[in-house]
Amino acid sequence: MTGMEQRLRAAWDRVPPLGRRVATAVIAYLVLILVANGLNRYRDFQISEIASFAVVAVGLTVLTGLNGQISLGHGALMAVGAYTAAVLLIHAHIPLVLVLAACVVSGAVVGAAVGAVAARLRGPYLAGATLALAVGLPQIPKSYKYFGRDQGLTINPPLPPKWLGDTFPLERWGAYICLLGAVVAVFLLTNLVHSRFGREFAAVRDDEVAASLAGIPVARTQVVAFMVSAACAGLGGGLLALVLPTIGPGGFTLTLSIQLLVAIVIGGMGSLPGAVVGAGLIVFLPGWSDSLARGLGFSDQIGANLSLAIFGGVLIVVILALPGGIADGLRRIRRLFPVRTRRDTATAE
Amino acid sequence: MGQANQPNRRLQRAMRGAAVLSIVAVLAAACSSGSSSSSSAPGVTSNSIAVGSHQPLTGPAAPGYSEIAPAAKAMFQYVNAKGGVNGRSINYTYEDDAYNPSQTATVVRKLVLQDNVFAIVNGLGTPTHQQVQPFLNTEKVPDLFVASGCVCWNQASKYPQTYGYQTNYQIEGRILGKYVHDNFAGQKVGFLLQNDDLGQGGSNGLSAEIPPADVASKQNYDVSALSSGLGNQMAALQAAGVKVVVGFSIPAASALALLAAAQIGYHPQWVFSSIDADITTMSGLVSSFSKGKAGASLLEGVLTAGYLPSASDTSNPWVALYKKIHDQYDSSNPFDANTVYGMSWAYNFIQVVQKAGKNLSRKSLTDAMNSADLSGPGLLPLTYSSTDHRGYEGEQMAKFESGAVKLFGPVYKAIETGSITSLTTTPPAPPANF
Repeated sequence: MTGMEQRLRAAWDRVPPLGRRVATAVIAYLVLILVANGLNRYRDFQISEIASFAVVAVGLTVLTGLNGQISLGHGALMAVGAYTAAVLLIHAHIPLVLVLAACVVSGAVVGAAVGAVAARLRGPYLAGATLALAVGLPQIPKSYKYFGRDQGLTINPPLPPKWLGDTFPLERWGAYICLLGAVVAVFLLTNLVHSRFGREFAAVRDDEVAASLAGIPVARTQVVAFMVSAACAGLGGGLLALVLPTIGPGGFTLTLSIQLLVAIVIGGMGSLPGAVVGAGLIVFLPGWSDSLARGLGFSDQIGANLSLAIFGGVLIVVILALPGGIADGLRRIRRLFPVRTRRDTATAE
Repeated sequence: MGQANQPNRRLQRAMRGAAVLSIVAVLAAACSSGSSSSSSAPGVTSNSIAVGSHQPLTGPAAPGYSEIAPAAKAMFQYVNAKGGVNGRSINYTYEDDAYNPSQTATVVRKLVLQDNVFAIVNGLGTPTHQQVQPFLNTEKVPDLFVASGCVCWNQASKYPQTYGYQTNYQIEGRILGKYVHDNFAGQKVGFLLQNDDLGQGGSNGLSAEIPPADVASKQNYDVSALSSGLGNQMAALQAAGVKVVVGFSIPAASALALLAAAQIGYHPQWVFSSIDADITTMSGLVSSFSKGKAGASLLEGVLTAGYLPSASDTSNPWVALYKKIHDQYDSSNPFDANTVYGMSWAYNFIQVVQKAGKNLSRKSLTDAMNSADLSGPGLLPLTYSSTDHRGYEGEQMAKFESGAVKLFGPVYKAIETGSITSLTTTPPAPPANF
């Protein structure tokens, strides 16, 4: 390392981890804004979708990867946040920040309730209980006119502030909001993962008995993990409601919950960047497989179902070849190109 | 030793940084293909026009309805092979929304913002298209021939880009109601209504023509609860002594109603909305729901209505033309009422594009629509104005008879209010060289 690089690196190391993460988050957000500015409106729309799903996925990967609880119900938890946002935006006139905060709270509340019930369940029984949530919860809006029944609820998307100009695209402003939500969520969860809670989550996942002997309240830890991931799902659902901008029972099916689970497995369970990659897959895969099907000349029926088949196929390949997901794959690639520091070379001498 | 390694390490770091940056750059470049056009005629070149639609190719609404878009595409291919419209080929792209409004929002945004289509045509479904109606109007994208009978497409001041196509449910309710009142006077009438715009619109129309005293029972159902059957509703209608049942119900529900009533030995006179007027779809549903025990015979004598020629009427010159186009370009799909529907709106679209002229722009298209008086396959002319964006404003009664749908009687002309008149004009044949 040159002297300059050494000094920079030393200065960076001296900053406490929290400060480093804040700086990384700010820089990441600015870079993402730049990218969003360079894309057309449809891509900005897709970026918003990816960011919304990423918020849910990072929560889910912490729950499943770090805490070992399988949830097949996160689509339903997204619906909770989405309907909260829709109802508040239609009937109340409060700032957007408060609406999104309400989505986090509503997600956390439902998550606490479900988590308390689920704390007694393990493995396939937990999966079954969350499956019931995924199938049952979206049926509730169908019975009430207030929730729009089958048609769903439509909101007016948030308008960009005047100082951005009259022609600033709606979709780009939506991307700004969703990207901010995603960066904040990843930042908070990164801190959580490296904190006492993160260690407790992992301890409970690895060996409940040992964890409880070490003084960790197992049931409470699991409920907290569920609450955190449900809060993320609520926020993700709220962000999605802003950009879609119609939400209905048809948008939060069991398929969505399964896609979220598949996404975090492909990305790498427990890996936050992996979860973001998985979220990108959820949004891009249908379009890619459609183009593929059309290019190969398949009939419409086959083409429409192809994306699910590809999703399943990729999942099988990843589990067989790379159980740790894409995140693990990148780690292995990085290990092939080790970067030795001055310390290494000193000992080599 | 250390000194010799440093360039290596720095090179590696630099290479990795460059690799990451170039991947990001390539991705961003690839993603930003197709910048939004600011011209007045996106999707139009000197020799092509790109139009798009959202259709239920999969999902609960796919049976039957998934045949409409391929039939329309076949009509466009036929015309393109003959030189197109004013020298332009019509390229029709339809995306699957699985009858899911959230998916509709996504695919329509893709068509408009990414694929830069000139217009959205024949968007199918009421809940689905309602999601994109505000977006299309804000973006000033012509939204023609919506495939739904909701009265909400006729809001020319609020949504000037949107134009309906089929006879809306309220007008249809009036015409069916008038026929029932004229021919079954004194008999008790019952309604079977879907719990949404379909049932609501139909009920509004029926109630305008049938005196409330004659209506003995109104039964509702939810599409999402259809799996539990319609036995309760049929029992209630029978108990109320209803002799004529008018149903504003999707084919699946109408088939279930027929079967449930047959099971309890209830045989009223059935009158169904024109959305059920496809004998292939109806007999197929009746047969599959009853696991083969019942068939087309259950449909005998059922009354319905229509605004297009019947697919079984081979003597009709339009049906003959459609059959020819179908056999050449759409042979993998059955030839039924959905085929006739798809090709008919496509023909009307061709008429409007022709009228909009060689200097094609979105404005010239909507101007052409706002003065359109399209006589063609329809049983009555299809007219629009700058204040009237309704589709067909009338229908003819029809009957299921011996495995076919037979139109009979006069063609009625009506809108939501006012008098119901009979038409005396007959539709023209297709142009000679078409």
